[in-house]
Amino acid sequence: MSDYNAMELMVTCASRLLENGRTVAVGTGAPCSAAMLAQRLHAPDLTVFFEAGGVAPQLPTMPISVGDSRTFFRGLMATSMCEVMETCQRGLMDYTFLGGAQIDPYGNLNSTMIGDDYANPRVRFPGSGGANDLASLCWRTMVVTNHDPRRFVERLDFMTTPGYLDGPGAREAAGLMPETGPYRVITDLAILGYHDQTRRMEVLSLHPGVTLDEVQQQTGFEIEAASELFGTEPPSEQELRVLREEVDPNGYVIGR
Amino acid sequence: MDTLEQGSGKLFTDPSSVAARADFRQKSRVMTEKVTTVSDAVDRLLSDGDYLAIGGFGGDRIPTAVIHEVIRQNKQDLGFAGHTSTHDFQVMCAGNLMGRGQVLARVDNAYVVGLEARGLSRQARRVMESGEVEFTEWSNYTLALRFRAAAMGVPFLPAHSVLGTDTMRHSAARKIVCPFTDEPLVAVPALYPDLAVVHVHESDPFGNCRIEGISVADLDVARSAKRLIITCERLISNDEIRSNPTRTAIPYYCVDAVCEVPLGSYPGNMPYEYYSDEEHIRQWLDVEEDPDEYRRFLDHHIFEVSDHREYVRRAGGLDRLEELRRLEFMETP
Repeated sequence: MSDYNAMELMVTCASRLLENGRTVAVGTGAPCSAAMLAQRLHAPDLTVFFEAGGVAPQLPTMPISVGDSRTFFRGLMATSMCEVMETCQRGLMDYTFLGGAQIDPYGNLNSTMIGDDYANPRVRFPGSGGANDLASLCWRTMVVTNHDPRRFVERLDFMTTPGYLDGPGAREAAGLMPETGPYRVITDLAILGYHDQTRRMEVLSLHPGVTLDEVQQQTGFEIEAASELFGTEPPSEQELRVLREEVDPNGYVIGR
Repeated sequence: MDTLEQGSGKLFTDPSSVAARADFRQKSRVMTEKVTTVSDAVDRLLSDGDYLAIGGFGGDRIPTAVIHEVIRQNKQDLGFAGHTSTHDFQVMCAGNLMGRGQVLARVDNAYVVGLEARGLSRQARRVMESGEVEFTEWSNYTLALRFRAAAMGVPFLPAHSVLGTDTMRHSAARKIVCPFTDEPLVAVPALYPDLAVVHVHESDPFGNCRIEGISVADLDVARSAKRLIITCERLISNDEIRSNPTRTAIPYYCVDAVCEVPLGSYPGNMPYEYYSDEEHIRQWLDVEEDPDEYRRFLDHHIFEVSDHREYVRRAGGLDRLEELRRLEFMETP
């Protein structure tokens, strides 16, 4: 078994979740690396979308912006933001990957502000960008993030982007499309999912060497193991080789 | 149609299509030559108190020359559409921080303060945390949809996004019920900016424009604006436009001024022309950490500069642009 770092493990885990023949809306960084890795291994027919209008690029290198020219390099279509978002809204987007400053037990995300008073934020972050739209409109939302108690919180300072809101049935009651919602959270410690009934986050798979206690310590709310708890398969030689040599040779994401 | 819920955010512009039609009725339909300088266009077409929309995607196909000119001319009290506004927003914030009054007063936020993977702008954060700017929250799609409603000439459009979140609660959107299916929907109000500015690849002297690559929201931004400034990499002839009308992205009757600004998106990316200057943008983010350095940097690159040509010269000139051109085409240097 070869050495790998936390980011390499996270990107690998994320890539394995992307099935061949599906569609995914990604941003720059880890999500984009995961999609590129999946395309080069098990999912050559994964179609990648960027929210600014790039469709199905043959990504030569990592884009810096989700609207830069790499995002439609040798693509199938260079279109508009509305076109991509409306493809999601019509029900054609299987997956999206998001991040955020805070995530709560129901997978809701904050990327807007830290503080008690919206009008006078202690720290102002960018806001939704396309995150709220993608989490509202794609079938399955995945999050890639580092695992610490300041990020995994019981209550968000601001709910930028919808997860399961405040529990079972809440998305539907609010008017969000049925059968959409949070699916997986991939961290440097574990792969998390959501309980079928309670819609609360639960641990599906522990990364090599990580204990359930450790995950609980790094989570700012109570988290339980799923009824069947797995161990994460470490990245294979092939996964690491393709990731390092073809997907991110400059180490922009994986930092090597 | 009943309103079930209403965001508490302020609506900075009038969504009425009747009012917009009255403005558009006054707009000239005569195909006249509109070529002018950036300073003349900004001077004539942007007034204090106006609402401004910038095309492109923050650091991709942005009208840099106009953004610099807006803060150089010290326009005051502007409304602004923060629609994945990254480097452009960072530049606009300089207008609030240099003791030159308040350029930005009202902002519709979908994405501001950040520069995507490059990190956050310290000075843009300062402006947004100062309490002196009013803001209303949106998402990228709902803000794009507001331009689309305006471009369609209707006062609102529905969508299945933002429902149930604080983004919705701090927006000026409303939750409504579909009159056909009884589904709850969000209704977003049309956004008619006083002035929009879009950077394109080619325009004829009348303002018939071509865009290569993604259009982001610019086809709607251009059509929704009461006044529109086009900056272009190159002027082309009207014969060239007529030789292939399929390629026309924005027609002359939307356009009020055409400014030829080669390398006009610099330091942003311009598809099929040049890649973004990441070193320059990194330098911009770095100097923001030190107030004195920041002031000197802005003086050197904006306030003491007469036009975009001189800015590009000061930031590395044609030598740097040749490198960025090779990067765009991914040739090894």
